[in-house]
Amino acid sequence: MRNLIFFFYKYYTFILFFLLEFFSFFVLYQYNNYQKASFLNFTGGVASGFYESVNSTTNYFGLRDINDSLLAENARLRAQMLNAYYQSGFTQTSINDTVYKQQYNYISANVVNNSVTKRNNYITIDKGAMHGIEPDMGVISSNGVVGIVTSVSKHFSTIRSALNGNTKISCMVKKNNAFGSLEWNGDDPKFSSLKYVNKHVPITTEDEVVTSNYSTLFPQGIPVGKIYSHTLDAGDNFHVIKIELYTDFSTLKNVYVIKNILKTEQQILEGDLKGDN
Amino acid sequence: MIIEFLSLILRFFLIVLIQLLVINNIELSTYVNPYIYILFILTLPVSMKPWKVVILSFLTGMTMDTFSSTPGLHMAATGFMGYLRNFYLQFACSKDDIESRMEPSISRKGLVWFVLYMSIMTLIHHTVLFYLEIYSFREFFRTFFRILSSSLFTVIILSLGQLLFYRSPKTR
Repeated sequence: MRNLIFFFYKYYTFILFFLLEFFSFFVLYQYNNYQKASFLNFTGGVASGFYESVNSTTNYFGLRDINDSLLAENARLRAQMLNAYYQSGFTQTSINDTVYKQQYNYISANVVNNSVTKRNNYITIDKGAMHGIEPDMGVISSNGVVGIVTSVSKHFSTIRSALNGNTKISCMVKKNNAFGSLEWNGDDPKFSSLKYVNKHVPITTEDEVVTSNYSTLFPQGIPVGKIYSHTLDAGDNFHVIKIELYTDFSTLKNVYVIKNILKTEQQILEGDLKGDN
Repeated sequence: MIIEFLSLILRFFLIVLIQLLVINNIELSTYVNPYIYILFILTLPVSMKPWKVVILSFLTGMTMDTFSSTPGLHMAATGFMGYLRNFYLQFACSKDDIESRMEPSISRKGLVWFVLYMSIMTLIHHTVLFYLEIYSFREFFRTFFRILSSSLFTVIILSLGQLLFYRSPKTR
């Protein structure tokens, strides 16, 4: 017994170090595995409040660019309005209610913290559980895909951006619906890579890549980027595709969080299927 | 004692703020991610008890984690570095240094000693941090290159900061 006490007394620094290190690895492992962050919910309020106050001052410097992008988006939306189309018939409007059931809701938010040069990048936005945001919702900007919501506090949420090693977004090449997975290799924030596109599928540079209909996070056809270069490795079954992203992550200010109203319904149904096997 | 403690707290906030508001916004490239906040741990008095250094390291890392959505990452890296710092200083410092409660700096120990000390500690910290961040050895050499280039920038910034802002040594 005395030896034990002596042991603890002699190595107390190491034991302290070991315990704390164990604790950090525990938190880290928890977070990486389940993408649910009790730690972040605990600390998120403080950090987000800090970034919010910093952001409210720095926001003024970017007003011109934000205005420009909003104007561009306005113009595009105006072009999509009903009165911008030539109406060839009247049947569509009359049965609109039963044929088109709303599946996606959009919640607009401002970016209060962002990074692009880390290996795993995160974005913080100023909307949270109070505004109806939940973990595992898709996030887009006016240009294209941004990322996936990881954790939510009352007023803020953190997003795993597409520039993150753990983010995988189901995508497809628009012209021939070839499926692939968008994964960032950590090199350049302007480019990402599309993996697991079978090599028999013909692709060319400048082909547009959009989100696929397999994902429950994003509606089908949200633009992601265009193919910048593609090669075939000998002995590999898949194309090596480099994608130029439409979203400029370094100047991101306004984003939209996508709420899929039918998501639980789809997941419950698919969950039933798995139970059968 | 109280003044020492207060100046420590002040320095902590200053360094963390510089890291969060200035250095984190540089975003030059994915290969340049300097983390200068370790300066706080590196310039703690040599005579400070090892367990205090370890606790302060973990607290510093935890603060950084809070602000960068990476629970445990900075904590593990900084804590590891803080623990190894004690061993390095044991053999790199003379008895005089310890008795005079020296804070490591260029003016006290000279450029070569300081840069060597910085480089070794920065490399330890960045190695743990970057490999934990990607959590696998999949991109071993790319990560290795990131560590080297980021460490280089960290050491350059820290040394320049020391040369610019620290007073000349008070002669005792």
